[in-house]
Amino acid sequence: MFDRRFVKYFDWGLLGLTFLIGLFGLITLYSAVISATPTPEKTLYFKQIIWYGIGMTGMVLCFLINYKSLYRWSPAIYAVCIVLLIYVLMMGKYVGGARRWLILGPISIQPSELVKIAVIISLARYYSKFADTRGFSLRGLLTPLILTAIPFILIVRQPDLGTAMVVVLIAGFMTVFVKIERRSLLYLITSCTITGPLIWFLLKGYQKERILTFINPNRDPLGAGYHIIQSKIAIGSGMIFGKGFLKGTQNALSFLPEQHTDFIFSVLAEEWGFVGSVVILSLFLLLIIWGLNIAHRCRDPFGTILAVGVTAMMFWQVFINVGMAMGLMPIVGVTLPFISYGGSSIVSIMICVGLLMSISMRRFLIE
Amino acid sequence: MGKYLKTADTDWYKQRLTRVMLCVAGAFFILLLRLFYLQVIEGQELRRLSENNCIRLQSTDAFRGMIFDRNGILLVDNRPAFDLSIILKDAKPVDRTIEKLAKLINVPVSELLKKIGDNKGISSYKPILLKQDIGRDCLAAVEVRKFDLPGIVLNIKPRRHYIKTHSAAHLIGYLSEINSDELKSGKYPECKGGDFIGKFGVEKVFERFLKGERGGRQVEVNVMGQVVKVLKTVDALPGQNIYLTIDYILQKKAEALLEGAAGAVVAMDPETGDILVMASSPSFDQNAFVDGMSHKQWESLISNPLRPMENKAIQGEYPPASTFKIVTAIAGLEEGVIDENTIMNCPGHYKYGNRIYRCWRHGGHGDVNIIKALAESCDVFFYQVGQKLGIDRLAFYAKACGLGFETGINLDNEAAGLVPSAAWKKRRTGIAWQGGETLSVAIGQGYNLATPLQMLVLTSALANGGTRYKPLILESVRTVDGDIVIQSKKQVIGGLPAGKKTLEIVKKGLREVVSSPKGTAHIAYIKNVDISGKTGTAQVVGRHNEPNLSEKDMPDQFKPHAWFVAYAPSENPQIAVAVFVEHGGHGSTTAAPIAREIIMTYLEKDEYGRQLKAESSKQ
Repeated sequence: MFDRRFVKYFDWGLLGLTFLIGLFGLITLYSAVISATPTPEKTLYFKQIIWYGIGMTGMVLCFLINYKSLYRWSPAIYAVCIVLLIYVLMMGKYVGGARRWLILGPISIQPSELVKIAVIISLARYYSKFADTRGFSLRGLLTPLILTAIPFILIVRQPDLGTAMVVVLIAGFMTVFVKIERRSLLYLITSCTITGPLIWFLLKGYQKERILTFINPNRDPLGAGYHIIQSKIAIGSGMIFGKGFLKGTQNALSFLPEQHTDFIFSVLAEEWGFVGSVVILSLFLLLIIWGLNIAHRCRDPFGTILAVGVTAMMFWQVFINVGMAMGLMPIVGVTLPFISYGGSSIVSIMICVGLLMSISMRRFLIE
Repeated sequence: MGKYLKTADTDWYKQRLTRVMLCVAGAFFILLLRLFYLQVIEGQELRRLSENNCIRLQSTDAFRGMIFDRNGILLVDNRPAFDLSIILKDAKPVDRTIEKLAKLINVPVSELLKKIGDNKGISSYKPILLKQDIGRDCLAAVEVRKFDLPGIVLNIKPRRHYIKTHSAAHLIGYLSEINSDELKSGKYPECKGGDFIGKFGVEKVFERFLKGERGGRQVEVNVMGQVVKVLKTVDALPGQNIYLTIDYILQKKAEALLEGAAGAVVAMDPETGDILVMASSPSFDQNAFVDGMSHKQWESLISNPLRPMENKAIQGEYPPASTFKIVTAIAGLEEGVIDENTIMNCPGHYKYGNRIYRCWRHGGHGDVNIIKALAESCDVFFYQVGQKLGIDRLAFYAKACGLGFETGINLDNEAAGLVPSAAWKKRRTGIAWQGGETLSVAIGQGYNLATPLQMLVLTSALANGGTRYKPLILESVRTVDGDIVIQSKKQVIGGLPAGKKTLEIVKKGLREVVSSPKGTAHIAYIKNVDISGKTGTAQVVGRHNEPNLSEKDMPDQFKPHAWFVAYAPSENPQIAVAVFVEHGGHGSTTAAPIAREIIMTYLEKDEYGRQLKAESSKQ
């Protein structure tokens, strides 16, 4: 039964790239966790290694499964994830003012991370079924809109603005990829430019203030604005060659908020400098190009769009996280794939890699 | 399918993928440019900033709202205080700095080192509080030698100041440092350790108006930790001011009258429910909570048998004694078991079953009607009314008068009192109700319990013709500029279970309590002010147990509690008062004179105006 071509076509390059970035991530996390005072639980480092193990299992399962069967299973996967999201809203663990975590015995998971993948699969199914060269009309976009809006609203309610935004951006990326009809696109753009100011006009003062602060953190010099300044100082002070492993001072003095999750890039850039940062960014770029190349070589629309969606997720998370640390983006809680601490984040990114592998190694199978 | 309706094929996807790759590459190029800018172009400057860790946040505490009385007399404000902290990173060498500092401020080195030891693990750039609220002399000494003391920081902080110490302490309450449980509870999201929050009374209940919003500054400091540049400032928002319904002139008077006794005085405007006085004695020093008190001070407060920390006006539950006869009278008249013409004979005792129930006057009152029974507080009359009513009808009326329920005043820990009924006793003790117990309840001596505030609301309702108002303590909330944010409005919580005629009869009886020469509170009679009231003397030990001991010789804890509830003037009343003195002796001799003084102070407008002017000019 076992097809020898699976071994022959296995994407060793992708696996190597994943390991390389993962290794980079573990080294950076070690520095972020170990040298920080006050120490935010040194055990986080070991937990992360365990999560990598779990993620790896997920990856293996994903590439063993023929991604084409996901086409059939996608409604079920989507439904389960939405139920989990609703459940977490009602019964989830309350941490830091938000309900994001679901407790399963010794581990806690964030369903919102898994939902991203469910949305990707569902959209890939829909788009691959109905795509044509003319692009999608407004009516054709209604289903994808609903598929995205449901998890978006549920995640915003947690509240987890960062993840909710990523879901929308991934969906947007995939939609643009399968093309929107020219007239519908014009429609969308004009209606947005008209309703935007209208909604702004209707908002209350404090709501406007919150949005303005979100867009421009410097309006809040004691909160987000201060974090941005510290992050920029950390990154900039790394200069060309960096301060060296475990030598980052911004990190050690806990000037950086969330230095092991959202602001881990600052730790990395401070210690490894411009050279190190360019290397890691190049690795990420290579990974994304690799993913797009898998989409390119795949000869089945579902596989192509799925690969694009998965790659879009990696792209947005890297772009937003790094952009945020450098003060280019609003501050939202989005993790840096492979590097930030976080079990659900690691597992979902490894599943994505597994999906890419699955698509890549089955490229010779044509129905 | 036409040319333009081609299904998407592999080639088409490939074409689009090329564009996607270009976009991704463009996005990464932006990241790269930014990275280059920060690390290469700005690198030198940012490295410099990172070496001193010199961008820091300093928070500025908000000015807490002030508290005024109804006439605008300032009761609580804030005073500047200086806190001394150390930033370890800047204080090098730490030992030498601490040694010098210890000498300057007269605190042993070991104590300062202990404070630092307690904060191990905190990052070295964060300030550690060494001493709060240092005096002026220390302040001057430290300020002069600032350059010898690297890393030592002086912070000015507003500190709560209770201007009228001990006055209305239970009502106003106090601030003290937030504890770790409160921090963890999530109820105070903007607070951090070391912050002060309202813990009791108005300070707690109106915390959200009073507290304001913290501000802060982003500053650049030099190697010594001194601020060289203020980068950004967010101003703190001061809290809103609270105007209480309390009348400080009356409050002060009531507290002076209660001096040395345990008890409470509450007064109310019967037309609005505004609480004019809420005094509970003994009181405590609120400033001690802000400045931090020693364990010993706290122990002595807690173990004091007169319970200074208890607000007796709302938390103290006592047998209402003869003041309860108002309820018995209403019930009897409404239920028709008596009317204004009913006459009963009081020989000084009443036999029920095989027990003798005494009247407080051994010789008896002779023939009494309801007016005389109220005026002279004849027990025998009310024994019989109670017996005819039965406990459950009596309980129904008591509850309808607001007894047995919290009045709903906006303060914590209000007690509900107790209105006993047959079912209650069965549930509570398992023993059936005894007929004789009804007699005790009818004169307020049974299981019944009431707070002074409950009796005040009842008296007020009588005074205003039958409306029970919610007791209000908040007059208004105003901004710093004086604009009114919230203005309290009177709220009806219920009525009295009495018709117009019943009220007239009861009020006539209460008027005679004071105006009739034989009335139990004739002592409170003033020529030009027409006062109505009812005395009460709550026996602590059974009346028959100690027949040979005259009350004068009794040890204090066996003396009865003294009650007096009153309103004045009898027509169109402007003030209602409830006075309660624990183990004060007779209501007529102890409580009534206090009420009279309060009423006089309030109603003699010339003298009142003079005092108000004197008090206002002090500010």
